[in-house]
Amino acid sequence: MSVILVFLLVIAGFAGWWLSHQRLMTKPWLEQGLASDLVGFDRSTLPTAKIGLGVFLAVVGCLFALFTSAYFMRMAVSDWQPLPLPRLLWLNTGVLVLSSVALQCAVVAARKRQIDMVRLGLATAGLTALAFLIGQLIAWRQLTEDGYLLSSNPANSFFYLITGMHGLHILGGLVGLGRTTAGAWNGARPERLRLSVELCAMYWHFLLFVWLAIFALLAGWAATFIDICRQLLT
Amino acid sequence: MVDITPADGIPPAEVAEMELYHPHSWWTKYVFSQDAKVIAIQYSATATGIGLVALVLSWLMRLQLGFPGTFDFITPEAYYQFITMHGMIMVIYLLTALFLGGFGNYLIPLMVGARDMVFPYVNMLSYWIYLLAVLVLVSSFFAPGGPTGAGWTLYPPQAIMSGTPGGQDWGIILMLSSLILFIIGFTMGGLNYVVTVLQGRTRGMTMMRLPLTVWGIFTATVMALLAFPALFVASVMMLLDRVLGTSFFMPAISEMGEQLPHNGGSPILFQHLFWFFGHPEVYIVALPAFGIVSDLISTHARKNIFGYRMMVWAIVGIGALSFVVWAHHMYVSGMHPYFGFFFATTTLIIAIPTAIKVYNWVLTLWRGDIHLTIPMLFALAFIVTFVNGGLTGLFLGNVVVDVPLSDTMFVVAHFHMVMGVAPILVVFGAIYHWYPKATGRMLNETLGRFHFWVTFLGAYLIFFPMHYLGLMGVPRRYAELTDMTVMTESAHHLNSFISIMAFIVGFAQMVFLFNLIWSIRHGREAGGNPWRATTLEWQTPQTPPAHGNFGKDLPIVYRWAYDYSVPGAKEDFIPQNMPGSFGPSREPA
Repeated sequence: MSVILVFLLVIAGFAGWWLSHQRLMTKPWLEQGLASDLVGFDRSTLPTAKIGLGVFLAVVGCLFALFTSAYFMRMAVSDWQPLPLPRLLWLNTGVLVLSSVALQCAVVAARKRQIDMVRLGLATAGLTALAFLIGQLIAWRQLTEDGYLLSSNPANSFFYLITGMHGLHILGGLVGLGRTTAGAWNGARPERLRLSVELCAMYWHFLLFVWLAIFALLAGWAATFIDICRQLLT
Repeated sequence: MVDITPADGIPPAEVAEMELYHPHSWWTKYVFSQDAKVIAIQYSATATGIGLVALVLSWLMRLQLGFPGTFDFITPEAYYQFITMHGMIMVIYLLTALFLGGFGNYLIPLMVGARDMVFPYVNMLSYWIYLLAVLVLVSSFFAPGGPTGAGWTLYPPQAIMSGTPGGQDWGIILMLSSLILFIIGFTMGGLNYVVTVLQGRTRGMTMMRLPLTVWGIFTATVMALLAFPALFVASVMMLLDRVLGTSFFMPAISEMGEQLPHNGGSPILFQHLFWFFGHPEVYIVALPAFGIVSDLISTHARKNIFGYRMMVWAIVGIGALSFVVWAHHMYVSGMHPYFGFFFATTTLIIAIPTAIKVYNWVLTLWRGDIHLTIPMLFALAFIVTFVNGGLTGLFLGNVVVDVPLSDTMFVVAHFHMVMGVAPILVVFGAIYHWYPKATGRMLNETLGRFHFWVTFLGAYLIFFPMHYLGLMGVPRRYAELTDMTVMTESAHHLNSFISIMAFIVGFAQMVFLFNLIWSIRHGREAGGNPWRATTLEWQTPQTPPAHGNFGKDLPIVYRWAYDYSVPGAKEDFIPQNMPGSFGPSREPA
């Protein structure tokens, strides 16, 4: 359970940082009126939707941290046989990086109000994300054809479970991206479009980060890394 | 010394007015509504409905325990199904949904001075997914083999084996699916509650001016957002074990002489995941109760809450600590003694912030102008009950005491006291307190007092003897106790007595339900602020609050939520949105 505890520690760090800005030491019973020094403490200047997405990403992060915790705990049992990762996953990783880059370009374009570039970026991101999903499905097929079935070994079960869960999140993101893209073509208000594009980019970058982390996990590097850390500590 | 600044000179609210969704038809107004107040009532009604099912299940269990062998239809299998569904419904589908979905939705926007939740559409989806989860759960009663009988903790491997009711039928599949749906729905609602508190607060409403109710619900929601994923992961993995034959949790095991396809899985892994959710869940239910009870006590004792800052810190501290105590539910799983020692220590440390809260409640009452209204009675009953339940928690938090008591009725008595009776008393108190705001009418006083005394005394008559039975060694989880040596004649009598009391207390809840429905039309007119309370929900221009809550302009907050009996003020309460400063000892604003 150490992975999830480390993750929660990070969350607690954010929460502590935020709380430290809420003037927890004040004596509210002595303060009346609308003192001007209260204004800055009221709320964040970030758009509400971004904060909402941030909270949601914390929940998603928690989910994958828990899967990782379970992965390490189950890995310790002797019947664990790591499966060879299909080489295709490297290509998929590249495609997903491309998708994130395209969305970042769309963000930059949206800030400069270049609507054509926004459309191009969004379309590229959508298509590459779709390509990533198809690539993942092909990787699943390759594995099943090679006899690495879902239930034949816990390493396989975790592989399908975690990649599947990540794919589902990408799929959900595609719905949001689709709505944003439709907005870009149907002439949404520039500020609104910019916010949607930024939200999509934030989600995409986060899922890319999650993918890199679980790729490292499934490839076994994460375990090696933790072993090294453990040796350093002892 | 009254110095009221005219409100005209204040600059307009800095909160951007949100684009409120305006319903066009009856359907979008009352059914597919995006108004948090309607969603709150939908949540509460659904939770109460499914809670009644759980109440009936507890009666059926008590029939079997109190009068064993009398009722043929209660087979051991059926008994396990009753236990499982009673526990799961009460903890998740009733308490969590009612406190966060019900009270959270109703009170957060009103108390922080917002027009609605920040993402109303997602909020609506949250309710409908919750309803779907409840329907899936209910459907398991009608599925072949009936609902699952695995116990509310659903421990593998037994949960998905054929010896357990529903294990190889539909029961467990529907249970897990329902949990997954619930968590998805809850996450949608939870995002709303958190972000509304962060971003929806009106001008002047700093975090340290929030009523403690909002602090409690807010912290509990943050915890729930981080804890429910653990149950989600556990449910998904067990579902795969059951349906697709994976071995996440299932060890190599044979059943009726036949080797099952599973191999090497770890039931302990499930326990870790389950309790990583399960322990924060206790506080997910308790923290909103703590918050609400603070407000009830302060309002009905006409006195400011004692140690507001400390109360806030304690809420946050309990929330953080509750993530590092989960394994105290697993002392009997054969864990390393040092591991148990660590978790016993963290468990006992939680007693400190909790005790701070109890002291502060008592000190708020000290020399207060206590009005023994029904909400106040329930709040007082909560303090007593929570202390009682907490004290037995100190027993069970210690490894050496827990191990012999773990499988006895003592545990049942402990958690019903602390997690069942105590929060439910707050729910009742809160309903008596806020019902006038939600409907415009008071609940009937006589019926209310009857309900209170029967529920409070009855709950003690049910659960106090249960502690004693537990210390005698009467085991829990057994459908049939007749032939055991610990079951002396007197223990049997005690069991019958508990069962009779359970029926009486259950009956009192019917009186309460009748009161809820009867008072909508026939209750006394309440007016806008019957309790003369300070918080913003009592200052709305209409009662019940209309769509958009606060009329044309959002309220502006000038003070904290507990200005009761301020010296120099005209009345014994000053609403949060009243400008000016009062009292000899204070600096003018």
